[in-house]
Amino acid sequence: MSTATGASVNAGTGGEAAPAAEARRPQAARKPSTMAQALNRALRDSLAEDPSVHVLGEDVGALGGVFRVTDGLTKEFGEDRCTDTPLAEAGILGTAVGMAMYGLRPVVEMQFDAFAYPAFEQLVSHVSRMRNRTRGRLPMPITVRVPYGGGIGGVEHHSDSSEAYYMATPGLHVVTPATVADAYGLLRRSIASDDPVLFLEPKRLYWSKADWSPEQPESVPEIGRACVRRAGTSATLVTYGPSLPVCMEAAEAAARDEGWDLEVVDLRSLVPFDEETVVESVRRTGRAVVVHESAGFAGPGGELAARIGERCFHYLEAPVLRVSGFDIPYPPPMLEKHHLPDVDRILDAVSRLQWESEWRAGGTPEGGVR
Amino acid sequence: MTVLEQSGSYHLAPPPAWRPRRDPAPLLPDQEPYRLLGTGAQLDGDLLLELYGRLVRGRRYNQQATALTKQGRLAVYPSSTGQEAAEVAAAMALREQDWLFPSYRDTLAAVARGLDPVEVLSLLRGDWHSGYDPRASRVAPLSTPLATQLPHAVGLAHAARLKGDDVVALAMVGDGGTSEGDFHEALNFAAVWQAPVVFLVQNNGFAISVPLAKQTAAPSLAHKGVGYGMPGRLVDGNDAAAVHQVLGEAVERARRGEGPSLVEAVTYRVDAHTNADDATRYREAAEVEAWREHDPVALMERELRSRELLDDEGARRTAESAEEMARDLRERMNRDPELQPMELFEHVFEHRTPQLEQQARQLRAELDAEHDASAAPGAADHSGSTKGDS
Repeated sequence: MSTATGASVNAGTGGEAAPAAEARRPQAARKPSTMAQALNRALRDSLAEDPSVHVLGEDVGALGGVFRVTDGLTKEFGEDRCTDTPLAEAGILGTAVGMAMYGLRPVVEMQFDAFAYPAFEQLVSHVSRMRNRTRGRLPMPITVRVPYGGGIGGVEHHSDSSEAYYMATPGLHVVTPATVADAYGLLRRSIASDDPVLFLEPKRLYWSKADWSPEQPESVPEIGRACVRRAGTSATLVTYGPSLPVCMEAAEAAARDEGWDLEVVDLRSLVPFDEETVVESVRRTGRAVVVHESAGFAGPGGELAARIGERCFHYLEAPVLRVSGFDIPYPPPMLEKHHLPDVDRILDAVSRLQWESEWRAGGTPEGGVR
Repeated sequence: MTVLEQSGSYHLAPPPAWRPRRDPAPLLPDQEPYRLLGTGAQLDGDLLLELYGRLVRGRRYNQQATALTKQGRLAVYPSSTGQEAAEVAAAMALREQDWLFPSYRDTLAAVARGLDPVEVLSLLRGDWHSGYDPRASRVAPLSTPLATQLPHAVGLAHAARLKGDDVVALAMVGDGGTSEGDFHEALNFAAVWQAPVVFLVQNNGFAISVPLAKQTAAPSLAHKGVGYGMPGRLVDGNDAAAVHQVLGEAVERARRGEGPSLVEAVTYRVDAHTNADDATRYREAAEVEAWREHDPVALMERELRSRELLDDEGARRTAESAEEMARDLRERMNRDPELQPMELFEHVFEHRTPQLEQQARQLRAELDAEHDASAAPGAADHSGSTKGDS
C-alpha cells in the first residue's frame, strides 16, 4: 500500500480525529519521519533513560536490523546494551526471560513474523505466565518486537499476520501501531510496561511518513486505548495496524462515491481490547465491519464481532461483517493483492450492511464474510 | 593437553574455520565417569558426613513425598530416589547469591538449598504453581516443559555478569531434556556469551520409558558440551563426593569468568517416572536391582564405615533426624491449604484488563451466591472455598 495513505492517516493522532487542533500546534520541532525512524527513536530514548533496557536480536548490531529499526544503537550504547545474538529465536526469548528475572528490561527483535515461531513455547509457557505462576513475584517486563503482515512483496515466510496466536495467549499484551506517532509512543509505553508486550510492527508501514516529533505529548498513548481516526455516522470500520490506511482510503471513497459517512476505529491495542470505544461507536452508527489481514476463521475479527454482537445487539441494523485475508497460507507475492483486504472489498462489505432493510422486509441478506 | 583445556587460547586466536583440528586428544578429561568413593582418595571426613546426612534425609524426603501421593496429598510426585547425590551436590555447590534452575524432578535440590519443602511441593500438590519466592530464594520456579529453563539460567547469568555481580547459575536437566532444542540453544548462547552458568545433566537412563539409546547417538551426554566450545565432565552421579567436587569446580570456574561447562552425572531413576507410571512395562527388575547395589546412600555409608567415621549409633541418629523431617512434612502436608479463588485474577497482568475485571465480578458473584446458599438455614456446609476472600 502507498506511503501516501500512511501520511494521510498520520494526520490524526490525538485519540480522536481533530485536524483543527493539529493545525494549531507549533510546527518548529516537527519534521518528516518514517515509522522505522520513530521506532528507532523510541528504542534510543528508552535505552538512554533506563540502564536496565537491553535490545537483543539477530542483526540488530552493526547492520541496524534488516529494517534498520535498531540503526546506530550498538554504536551509541555498546554491544552489551544492543546485542547481536546467535540465530535462535527460542534462545533469544529464553535468555530474555532470565535477564528479566534478574531485573533487566529486554527488548527482543524477531526478524520476521514467521521466524518468531520457534520462540512460541517460551512465550506461551514462560513469558506470558511467569507473573501468574509466581504470584506476582517475577514480572516479565519484556517487549517482543515482531515485524508482521504482507503487502511488501516478501517471499514465503515473510508476510504472516500472526496476531491471533498471541491474542489467544492469556498474559500477553498485544499492541500494533498504525501511525508514526503511535509507533514511537506505543513502543515507549511497551518497554516501560512491567507486563510482556507483543509489539507488532506493520512492515508495509515502516516507510510511511508523517510530520512528527517525539516531544508531542499526544504521541504517547496509553496501552489499551483505541482511537477514532475518522468520525462518521453511517457505519464503523474497526481495524488496526496495516489495515488502517486501507480503511481510511475506503472511508474517503465511500463518502465521495456512495454518500456513506464511515467512522474508522484504530484499535492500537488488541490486548487489552478497548471495548468501550468500539461499543460506543457501533451503538451510534448501528453498523460495523471488522477489517484485518490475518485469516478470518478463528481470527481477531471473530472475537471482535462476537463482543460487538453481545453489547450492541439492540443497536445493530445489520450483522457485523468481517473483511479479512482468506483462510489460506500466505500466498506468493505475485498473488497477494488478491488476498489482502482492499478498498473494494471493504466497500463491498459496507454495501451489504442492509441499507435497504430487505432483511426485515423478508428478503435474504447476502451472507458470507466478505 | 586436551582440546578443552586449550579453549581459552582458541577463543583469543581463532584459526580459520576450515583448518582441521590438529589435536586428536580425547575430547573429555574423564574417559570414565569420575569417582572418588572407594578409590582411597584423600577426602574431607566432615564433608563426607555432611553429604551422608543430606543423602539420608533426601532419601527419606523422596519416600515421604511418594507416600503423600498415595494419601492424596500430592497430585503427582516425580521421585529422585537413586539420584539424591546429584540433587544434594547441586544445592551445595552454590553460594548464597547464586541461582538454581530446577526441573520438576529436582524438588530435593531446592529443599537441600534450604527451601521449605511444603512451599517447594506446592506445584505438585495442586496448589499455586510456585509456592516459594524465586527472587528471595534464588531458586527459579520448577520447570515442567523440558529444558525450557536452561536459556533462563543463561540469561540470568549473563545479566548478572553485565551488572558486575558475582553470581553463578546452575541449571538442571535430564537425559531426555538434552534432545530438546532449548538445550542446544541454551548451551550455544552460554558459550558465545561466556555466561557464568553450569549445566547439570542427570542421566538417569530414562525419559519416562524411552532409554538413552533411543535419545542420542553421542558417545556421552558430556560430549555435547564440546561441540559448543565448553568443557564436558563425566561423573558418577551416585558418588556424592565426586559430584560435589566436579560441580564445585565447574561453579568456581564460571565464577572466575572462564565460562560455562556441562556436567553429566550418570545415575539411575530407581522409582518409576512418577507415581502414575508403570516402569515394569519397559525395564527389567534385575536392572533396577543391579543399580541398587550402586545406591548413593549405601555407597556413602560404606565409605564412612570403612573410614570408621560412622558407626551404628551415628547411622541411627542420622535416620532419626530424617524421620523427624518426614514427620514434620507429613503433618504440615496433611493440613488443607487455603486457596483464594479471587486470586485467579490477581497476577495475570500488573493491572486487570476491562475483560478480566468483568470476569472477576462474575466469579465474585458466583462465590457470594454459593456462600449465601450455604449460610441459609438447613443448607449443607459449602464454606471454606470462599473463606477470607476480599
